[in-house]
Amino acid sequence: MKNQNILIACAIVILTSLPLFICSFDEGFSATDQQAQKLIEENNPNYKAWFNYIWRPPNAEMECLFFSLQSAIGAGVLGYYIGLTKGRSTKESR
Amino acid sequence: MHIVEGFLPLSHAIAWYALSTPFLLKGMHNINRQIGKKAEKKLLLAASAAFAFLLSSLKLPSLTGSSSHPTGIGLGTILFKPSAMTVVATIVLLFQALLLAHGGISTLGANVFSLGIIGPWVSYLIYRLAIYLKLSVSKAVFISACLGNLSIYLTTSFQLALAFPDQKGGIIISLVKFSSIFAITQIPLAISEALLTVLIVNFLQTYNSEELRSLNFSLTKES
Repeated sequence: MKNQNILIACAIVILTSLPLFICSFDEGFSATDQQAQKLIEENNPNYKAWFNYIWRPPNAEMECLFFSLQSAIGAGVLGYYIGLTKGRSTKESR
Repeated sequence: MHIVEGFLPLSHAIAWYALSTPFLLKGMHNINRQIGKKAEKKLLLAASAAFAFLLSSLKLPSLTGSSSHPTGIGLGTILFKPSAMTVVATIVLLFQALLLAHGGISTLGANVFSLGIIGPWVSYLIYRLAIYLKLSVSKAVFISACLGNLSIYLTTSFQLALAFPDQKGGIIISLVKFSSIFAITQIPLAISEALLTVLIVNFLQTYNSEELRSLNFSLTKES
């Protein structure tokens, strides 16, 4: 199990970092959500978004902040659970 | 998989809301019934939700030169059944629509339908099928998380194709165009996500197999 886990972790790192080395940066890793929006706008020039964001982060840095906040909340809770469970199980088996 | 705010015609937006709402209500009801006051289960559900929160906040680069989100839906689905994840997905999508200008309130119904309903149900059915076919738990989790992720992006493509059919080729051509944006980019990400889900399930099997057994799911080592 342990070896399998290490292999899996390596595979994830490779799969995620590989594109950064082998892809050309012409497309700049643009988000697919935005590409879809662009396609809609190109094919339907008459379509107007009828609803706009109630609030949006004032700039890219603030957007980044909120994304990090989301990751931090997720990672924090998950980390807490992993620590708690492992600690408890080691204590029991002692 | 986030359909951008305002980018679904009003009638479509309302229809997706109408389709998603009963699933959401059922999901809340099921969570109350399944988990109620059991602290252990509540904690594991919180961890599964945290996994979805974490993964959906990451935009990962893909081999196509685009970037997209993993979803983190598979784990909770396998542990708690699909309807619980409808609730989790709604919370994630609301957070992103209100604070990150990602997705949107007008498109929330449609996004919940792909991320919170189709994704979890596809994951769940494939997981059950894989276990029925006597695949190992790791393989079943892997396939289920991977195909669940892809199904979410295909659903988004379908929703957009329905709303914006190609002027010459109609819905089918439009579907091909949208899924060519989403699906291929998504394949490596789906694999990464599935591998990560297997890691967490491995952890649970090692350190919390008792809880897994109480969830009445074929997740223990023997099966």
